[in-house]
Amino acid sequence: MGSKTTVPFQGTKEQEEQLLAVIAELKDSKGSLMPILQKAQDIYGYLPIEVQTMIADTLGIPLEKVYGVATFYSQFSLYPKGKYKISVCLGTACYVKGSGDIYAKLQELLQIEGGQCTADGKFSLDACRCIGACGLAPVMTINDDVYGRLTADEIAGVLAKYE
Amino acid sequence: MYRSHVLVCGGTGCTSSGSLEIFELLKKEIAKNGLAEEVSVVQTGCHGLCALGPIMIVYPEATFYSMVKPEYIPEIVSEHLLKGRVVTKYVYQETVTDSGIKPLIDTDFYKKQHRIALRNCGVINPENIEEYIGTRGYEALGKVLTEMSPDDVIKCILDSGLRGRGGGGFPTGRKWQLAKDLVKGGQKYVCCNADEGDPGAFMDRSVLEGDPHVVLEAMAIAGYAIGANQGYIYVRAEYPIAVDRLNIAIKQAREYGLLGKNIFETGFDFDIDLRLGAGAFVCGEETALMTSIEGNRGEPRPRPPFPAEKGLFEKPTILNNVETYANIPQIILNGADWFASMGTEKSKGTKVFALGGKIKNTGLVEIPMGTTLREVVEDIGGGIPNGKKFKAAQTGGPSGGCIPAEHFDVPIDYDNLIAIGSMMGSGGLIVMDEDNCMVDIAKFFLEFTVDESCGKCTPCRIGTKRLYEILDKITKGKATLEDLDKLEELCYYIKENSLCGLGQTAPNPVLSTLRYFKDEYIAHVVEKRCPAGVCKDLLSFAIDPDKCKGCTLCARQCPAGAISGTVKEPHVINTDKCVKCGACIEKCKFGAISKK
Repeated sequence: MGSKTTVPFQGTKEQEEQLLAVIAELKDSKGSLMPILQKAQDIYGYLPIEVQTMIADTLGIPLEKVYGVATFYSQFSLYPKGKYKISVCLGTACYVKGSGDIYAKLQELLQIEGGQCTADGKFSLDACRCIGACGLAPVMTINDDVYGRLTADEIAGVLAKYE
Repeated sequence: MYRSHVLVCGGTGCTSSGSLEIFELLKKEIAKNGLAEEVSVVQTGCHGLCALGPIMIVYPEATFYSMVKPEYIPEIVSEHLLKGRVVTKYVYQETVTDSGIKPLIDTDFYKKQHRIALRNCGVINPENIEEYIGTRGYEALGKVLTEMSPDDVIKCILDSGLRGRGGGGFPTGRKWQLAKDLVKGGQKYVCCNADEGDPGAFMDRSVLEGDPHVVLEAMAIAGYAIGANQGYIYVRAEYPIAVDRLNIAIKQAREYGLLGKNIFETGFDFDIDLRLGAGAFVCGEETALMTSIEGNRGEPRPRPPFPAEKGLFEKPTILNNVETYANIPQIILNGADWFASMGTEKSKGTKVFALGGKIKNTGLVEIPMGTTLREVVEDIGGGIPNGKKFKAAQTGGPSGGCIPAEHFDVPIDYDNLIAIGSMMGSGGLIVMDEDNCMVDIAKFFLEFTVDESCGKCTPCRIGTKRLYEILDKITKGKATLEDLDKLEELCYYIKENSLCGLGQTAPNPVLSTLRYFKDEYIAHVVEKRCPAGVCKDLLSFAIDPDKCKGCTLCARQCPAGAISGTVKEPHVINTDKCVKCGACIEKCKFGAISKK
C-alpha cells in the first residue's frame, strides 16, 4: 500500500509560472494563503512539499505555517490523486442508507484504503461528508459524475465504465 | 412575452440525477417544433422535492413532471407544449385527480409548508438579477437606506424575534446591536456562514443556488445597520454550483450599483468577497471561521472577546447563517409583526429542514415553528418507506440528538428540542427506522467528531476519541456495564470542559441515545446482541431448513465458502468461516436466511 508516497514530484515549468502568477495576483489581499493553496491544488492536483516550499518562499512566510494550513483542511491533499477520483458520501443521510457498505466494497474491489490511490494511478478513494444530494442517498462521485441510489452490487459495474 | 415557461430544477439534487441533460434537450426539442419564440425554458434553484428529481414544471398551469427521463421530452414538447395536452403518465401522480391536475401547493408535501427563506427557490432564474428584482428584490435594501436609521433596522429585527438559523438560536437583532454599539465607528465586517457542515443538511446550499441575491441584499442591510462596508461569505468548496451562482450574483449586483460605492446614491458603500472553505467542520464555529478567513488553521479561540467586539482581523464582526439572512429582506418589507405572528412564543417565523434518511419524500421543507415532528414525518414526508417502523429522527447533526416516537407530537422549536435532548441545529432531519442501530449511529457521529476535532483543546481531542473507543467496544460485544457508566460520565466531562461548540456538543448523540435507547446499549453489552441487526461482530447468520429449497445459489455466492449442502437439500452455514457480508441474504429467493 506504499503507493501514496512513491510518486515523485513532476511539476513543470509551465505549472510553476502559473503558480507564481496566482501568488502575484493574490498576495496583497487579506488572508490570501488559503485561496493560494486552493489555486495551487487546481494547478498541480495536490500540494507536495515542493509546491508548499515555493509558496512559503514567495510569500516570505515560514514553510511550517504553509504546512500547518495545508494539513488542517481535508480538501488539501499532500498526495497525488488518481485519474479517476472516487468520493463516497459518508454524511448521515447516506450513512443510514448504507453508504458504509459502498465504501467497504470499493476498498475491497480496488484493494486500497480511503485516502489512497491504486498503484497504476487510475483510481483514488476518499470519503466525503455530504455533497448535499441527500435525496439520492447513498451517493458516490467519480470525478464529476454522480451516482445515486447505489447498492454494493452495482459498484463493480460502475467501475468497469472507467477501465 | 412567452405564453409558457418551463422551469427545470438546476439544484444539486436534480443535476445529480440528470436535469442538465433534460434542460438542453428541452431547448433543442422546443426549437425543433418552432416554439422558441413562445415557450421559454428557465433553469431554477431547488423545489425541495429532491427525491423526485429531475423535476420540471410547466407554467402557467404549473404541471409538475417528476423523475423526468430524456426519452419523455419529445412527447412532452409535442403533446403538452405544442398541442396543450398534459402528458398525464409522466406527471407527479399525487397531483393527478379525476377532475384534472391539482396545483402543486395542494399536495401533501407542500400544503403545510410556508416558504419565506425558500420563497424564490425553484421560482426564479438565480443567474438573472432582474428576476430577483422582479420579486421585490433589493427593495428592502432601498427602504433601509432611504427611510430607516441603523437603529430602526436593528429594532425591526429585534422585534421580529428572529433567532440564528445556523443552530445556536441567538437573537439576530441582539447580535447586530452589540456589533453596532460595543465599538463606535471604525472598520467592521459582516460575515456569512455558508460552510454548511452538518452532514445531511443542505438548505443553505439550496438558498445559495436558488436565490443568491437574497443573501447579498441581507448582508448589505446588516452592513448598514452595524456600520460595516465589507462582507465575506465563507462557503464550502464542496458546493461548486453555489459558488458559481454567488460569483455571478456579486458581479451583477456590482453592475447594477447594488453593491460597491454609493449604493442608491445614499453614500453607503458595501462590497462582498467570497472565501472558500476547504473541508473542516469546526469552521462552522464562528471564531474558527474567522480564523480561517484570515488564512490560518481554522481553530476556534476563547470568547470573550466576542466577535461583536473583536472578530475578523480583530475588528467588530457579525456572523450570520445563510438561512438567517434569507429571512431579513422579507422582515424589512413586511414588518416585524408579520414575522412574529408565525411560530411559537420564543421561536418566531419558519425553519427549513432537510428531510433525509428513511423517509419517502426526501428533500427540503420550510415549516412554521411549532409544527410537530409527526406532521413533518408523516404528512409532509410521506412516512417511512417499505412498511418499516419509525424509530427516531435525528436533528442537529453531530451536535444534536435522536428524538424517539414518544416525542412525535412535541411542537418543534429551539427550546422544546433542547428540552428533549436534541437541538435545532442547522436543520438536518434524518429519519431512522427499525433497521438502524442506535449504538451504531452514536458511533458514526463520534467517528465524525474525532475526525473533525481541531485538536486545540484536550477534552475534545482526547475525550471524543475515548468515547469512540468505548462505543466501538460496545458494538463489538466486548464492553461491560461499567463501560456504560464511564461513557456517560465522560460525556458530561467533555461537555463542560471543551473550548468551543464542537466539543461542548459532541457527546449529545451519545447522551440522547443513552436516554431513549438504553435497552439497545444493554442488549449489546449484556446479551451480546444487536437488536437491529447492524453490528456485524454480534450477528450470526443461519439458514431455516424449512424454507431452504436447496437451490445452491447462496453457496455459489458466498465469498468465504462457508455454505455447504447438496442440491435440493437444506444448506447450512459454517459460522466459523462466515464473514457476515450478507451476500447470501441478498441472493436467497425464499427468505430462508436470517441474521440475528
